[in-house]
Amino acid sequence: MYALTAPLQDIGFLRAGDRVELSGIIYTARDAAHQRLIKLIDEGRKLPFDLNRAVIYYVGPCPAPPGEIIGSAGPTTATRMDDLTIPLLEHGLKGMIGKGNRSSAVEAAISRHGAVYFAAVGGAGALIAQCIKEVEVVAYSDLGPEAVHRMVVDRLPLIVAIDSHGGNIFRTGVAQYRDPSLEEALK
Amino acid sequence: MRTVDYTQIVESVRQMCLEANTVLPPDVEEALAAAARAEASPVGRDVLRTVLESAAIAKAKPMAICQDTGMVVVLAELGQDVHITGGLLTDAINEGVRQGYEQFYFRKSVVEDPLLRVNTGDNTPAVVHISLVPGDRLRLLLAPKGFGSENMSAVKMLKPAEGEAGVKQFVVQAVSQAGGNPCPPIIVGVGLGGTMEQAALLAKRALFRPIGQRSPKDHLARLERELLELVNKTGVGPMGFGGTQTALEVFVESYPTHIAGLPVAVNINCHAARHSEVVL
Repeated sequence: MYALTAPLQDIGFLRAGDRVELSGIIYTARDAAHQRLIKLIDEGRKLPFDLNRAVIYYVGPCPAPPGEIIGSAGPTTATRMDDLTIPLLEHGLKGMIGKGNRSSAVEAAISRHGAVYFAAVGGAGALIAQCIKEVEVVAYSDLGPEAVHRMVVDRLPLIVAIDSHGGNIFRTGVAQYRDPSLEEALK
Repeated sequence: MRTVDYTQIVESVRQMCLEANTVLPPDVEEALAAAARAEASPVGRDVLRTVLESAAIAKAKPMAICQDTGMVVVLAELGQDVHITGGLLTDAINEGVRQGYEQFYFRKSVVEDPLLRVNTGDNTPAVVHISLVPGDRLRLLLAPKGFGSENMSAVKMLKPAEGEAGVKQFVVQAVSQAGGNPCPPIIVGVGLGGTMEQAALLAKRALFRPIGQRSPKDHLARLERELLELVNKTGVGPMGFGGTQTALEVFVESYPTHIAGLPVAVNINCHAARHSEVVL
């Protein structure tokens, strides 16, 4: 178990399968927010938050019930952002949090930019919400749950899914547990 | 002729939205606990324990189990001897969804048009399937359907000669390709036969069955057991991190079909297999 702080410093020591608790400041963005961020980059304009060494969490939280900081806030499927991720990595993005595997292009870009992709446990939104200590909308409030939020998190439990050395838990984990008799059984 | 009033339907749907989104059905919770004991991968066991811990928090607060409180799917089985008063059935369902999602702070995840993509702001409309049945009751089955799993669903028109082997290959391929995206361990609904849209509807309906309840048809009960064994050999495991517990259950529903066809649909549900039911 490693304790990390966002924005991220050196993360080259992380390996796929490592368990991590992440604290610090992270930003949320999903499909629609990514499209707007990319447009700003293409137009050479300033982004609504500092991407340098930043972590983006792919999440669209529930509204906060009374007495809570935020509602349920688990990860969404990361592959929907695959085609929109590489320009952000080129502009300083260091970490991403989501669920599910990434495209081979994103995997290569993670290695190239010394970044990391963390997986959070999907469907554990109520537990994850307990790790979120502050939240504010910093851009695109018209997108509702898809707005960009700045979050302060405390010991958010994550797994290193894709590391900066080509390690990928989805590939190695599935290969380890795939039953060799499956192909024969399907003939 | 019995009457059921619009307001009763609104109130029931509102309550079902709360229950379904915050309390994991007991059969699902038990299946997850059993999977946590059976899982060979230590990481997978950790994931399953986290999921159960999170579900306990959601129930106690109460708050949504998962932030994707879904697009609401309602199967309405309307007895032919029921008369609905005070408004339309579909309007009542949508009003219940609107009130429930607002009142209980659930995420509004529905856009008005698939291309223009402006959020409707109240999670309506629901997807409503109405069927007429004998009797004087109205049975409503409600599921908030998350799209991490819905997106991994698939339909294929097989050739009749591909038969059971073709069905198995298609189902296993769908589960393998889905990987961690639909939040495994999943529940797999398989629809066989009918026409293209009928197969898809059968697959959706299959997801409403309680875990452990086998098909009353012997050959389909056997197919369900064999498919469950096969998908758990894919190695996908909890959240796709690798493991032996890829699916909690596989359900197969069938309907007569055409001599020239073998439609097969696979509808996938995440481990937060939320649903609720009421009879009015």
